Amino acid sequence: MTISTGRTRQASFGAESGSGSTDALLPSDVPVQLLDAGGAARQDSRYAMPADDMLLDAYARLVAGRRINDQANALVRQGRLAVYPSSHGQEACQVAAAAVLQTQDWLFPTYRDSVAVMSRGVDPLQVLTLLRGDWHSGYDPYEHRVAPQATPLATQLLHAVGVAHAAKLKGEDTVVLALCGDGATSEGDFHEALNFAAVFHVPVVFFIQNNEYAISVPLKNQSVAPSLAHKAIGYGMPGERVDGNDVAALLSVLGAAVLRAREGGGPALVEAHTYRMQAHTNADDATRYRSAEEVQDWLPRDPLARTRSYLRGRGLLDDAREDELAAAAEALAAAMREGLNADVEPDPLALFEHVYTRRTPQLAEQSELLRGELQRDEEERDALVRNAAGDPDGTGNPADPGASR
Amino acid sequence: MAATPTDTPPQAREIADAGSESGPETLTFAKALNAALADEMAADPTVVVFGEDVGPLGGVFRITDGLTARFGTDRCFDTPLAESGIMGMAVGMAMNGLRPVVEMQFDAFAYPAFEQVVSHVAKMSNRTKGKVKLPLVIRIPYAGGIGGVEHHSDSSEAYYAHTPGLTVVAPATVADAYTLLRDAIRLKDPVVFLEPKKLYWSKETVDLAVLRRAADEALRTGRQVPGGIGTAAVARTGTDATLVAYGPSVSTALAAAAAAEAEGRSLEVIDLRSIVPYDDAAVDASVRRTGRAVVISEAPGFASVASEIVARIQERCFHSLAAPVLRVTGFDVPYPAPKLEHWFLPGVDRILDAVDELQWEEPPGSGAGAGTSASEDPR
Repeated sequence: MTISTGRTRQASFGAESGSGSTDALLPSDVPVQLLDAGGAARQDSRYAMPADDMLLDAYARLVAGRRINDQANALVRQGRLAVYPSSHGQEACQVAAAAVLQTQDWLFPTYRDSVAVMSRGVDPLQVLTLLRGDWHSGYDPYEHRVAPQATPLATQLLHAVGVAHAAKLKGEDTVVLALCGDGATSEGDFHEALNFAAVFHVPVVFFIQNNEYAISVPLKNQSVAPSLAHKAIGYGMPGERVDGNDVAALLSVLGAAVLRAREGGGPALVEAHTYRMQAHTNADDATRYRSAEEVQDWLPRDPLARTRSYLRGRGLLDDAREDELAAAAEALAAAMREGLNADVEPDPLALFEHVYTRRTPQLAEQSELLRGELQRDEEERDALVRNAAGDPDGTGNPADPGASR
Repeated sequence: MAATPTDTPPQAREIADAGSESGPETLTFAKALNAALADEMAADPTVVVFGEDVGPLGGVFRITDGLTARFGTDRCFDTPLAESGIMGMAVGMAMNGLRPVVEMQFDAFAYPAFEQVVSHVAKMSNRTKGKVKLPLVIRIPYAGGIGGVEHHSDSSEAYYAHTPGLTVVAPATVADAYTLLRDAIRLKDPVVFLEPKKLYWSKETVDLAVLRRAADEALRTGRQVPGGIGTAAVARTGTDATLVAYGPSVSTALAAAAAAEAEGRSLEVIDLRSIVPYDDAAVDASVRRTGRAVVISEAPGFASVASEIVARIQERCFHSLAAPVLRVTGFDVPYPAPKLEHWFLPGVDRILDAVDELQWEEPPGSGAGAGTSASEDPR
């Protein structure tokens, strides 16, 4: 279905830009779709179906991503993770965000984007450090060029602009993909980031995963714009809408936006229409604000099922290959379980590390205070052990049974 | 010093050459800051300056005067009018190898950037276990005394000083303005650099060449500039009581000390130079020697930096104290309109009144036993 505007679109991310036409900046009337919900290929004059090997690779990542989401939810129930914001249902967005980037590019994720971060190559245990509660971020951002997962909304979009601006000034071949949700589009930093990116003409792709809810607030209470992608035109950059449960369309649209940015075309905004199948986090009760029917309606649009159906239809996927993918995902989940079952005791004295390059005298004093407390705790523990062993004074002589009376 | 391009406007050349080998000269606080920026930009190609109106205009206070002409629009540029945008972009640029020096134009205009400052600038190193350092400087024309209208005179240091991870600097002299700004730009940690607006036009005779050589030498050897961040200065020596001040209040404290001397009382003035790190050692040494202290700040006193300093002195120097440590601060009201600000700002008289309340055994210049006792109203 296409709502006719009576005008012909002149450009997309893949085509020429900078024509000055507002039409060139406006998103499609409906989200770009290359695979329908049943997994049948759909033609789009502007976006080509990704190559078979890309889709197979994406499917493997989807299967792994789904398993990671399920496992992480289970680990919360077991008390191994403090919280997990699941991207169940949004895996296609997660996978595509990582897949369209090259090694030298940067990914700026949010707290819900653990699967994207893992898909970019970061060790799952390092990704889950934040959610386990050991430290605020568990990986070196420079190792895979993945920024720390951002918890405040939209603030990271400006960091992405800064990284891109620095890359441009330094002459680096770097594109930055910055993720956010629908709620974040209401934040001031979202608007400042888009405006800065456009004014400085930097290689950033803003990628909104519109999953219909900002915790409990539905999109209609968040924005009355025709679509979130329409916001792009106000900043002079192209916007595009894509079916967020269609990994083929995501790869093609995001890939075109990244390529355009890499070739000096400037920033772009992509809105994926998807749905958060589960609650905001495990602490949330989604039944208070949305109906079971609504959730059920989204089930048949599942990103895994349609990719699977397409690949099987093309003879690229069979039971044996599916078993292999399932086994690989299971191994990943098992490694996560095993890693998280090990009790990590963060070093309390690490509190004082990395606050200042040169530790202030005040932090040095506080560090000594804590060191003293730790030492006292250790001595008390030793004394308890000695008492239990009947050697309260540590001399090796047994306790006098009458002494305490 | 990098070669000066031939198309450099005369003004920028003058800055670049100022005091190169010319010995002591009279310099404004503003020019000293401008020279520090120019020198750091010349020394380090990764230093970039941006903010509102910092380009061709040279900043509303002209602190960035001539930098765009000399270093080009990639190194000193205007941004859209959005403080959070400036701050957030600086975070990303610092993440990617540059050293941003951003200007917030006016103290209260920095508040839209507050989330970026406290949630990201202050925490990025800690969050990433030191993997991501943010070597950036947030320059804020700050505090009152210039007759500014609403939102142009706030003393916002407590917000920043309360946030772990931020280094907070407030120079009070022309020489310190130069040295501390160069040190701030060299530091691997983010610095909130508070520039007392009322001092911008103050002049001192300094030998910029000497300061420049010291800063260059420190840059070469990787050591800290002498008199850099973290070290307080004894701005005036004295024996009877210590006045602790920083930034815009130092000159007021010095004026009070001069007036007290005429009354026969010798006051020492400590200029903190940096609020974070705070130089306990310098303050303690002075207070232990004098036994009395008054802390002076323009900011409202409740839950303030002045409160923190008083608490630290009482905790650390209790047995040396002859009197409770007092504060002289702005009132706990929004910064007033220009016609009222002189009633709000701590002045010499208010400082001297506080000094008089420090439970002196005897008033200055009188014979023994003629003074007030600790239990009496000293006034």
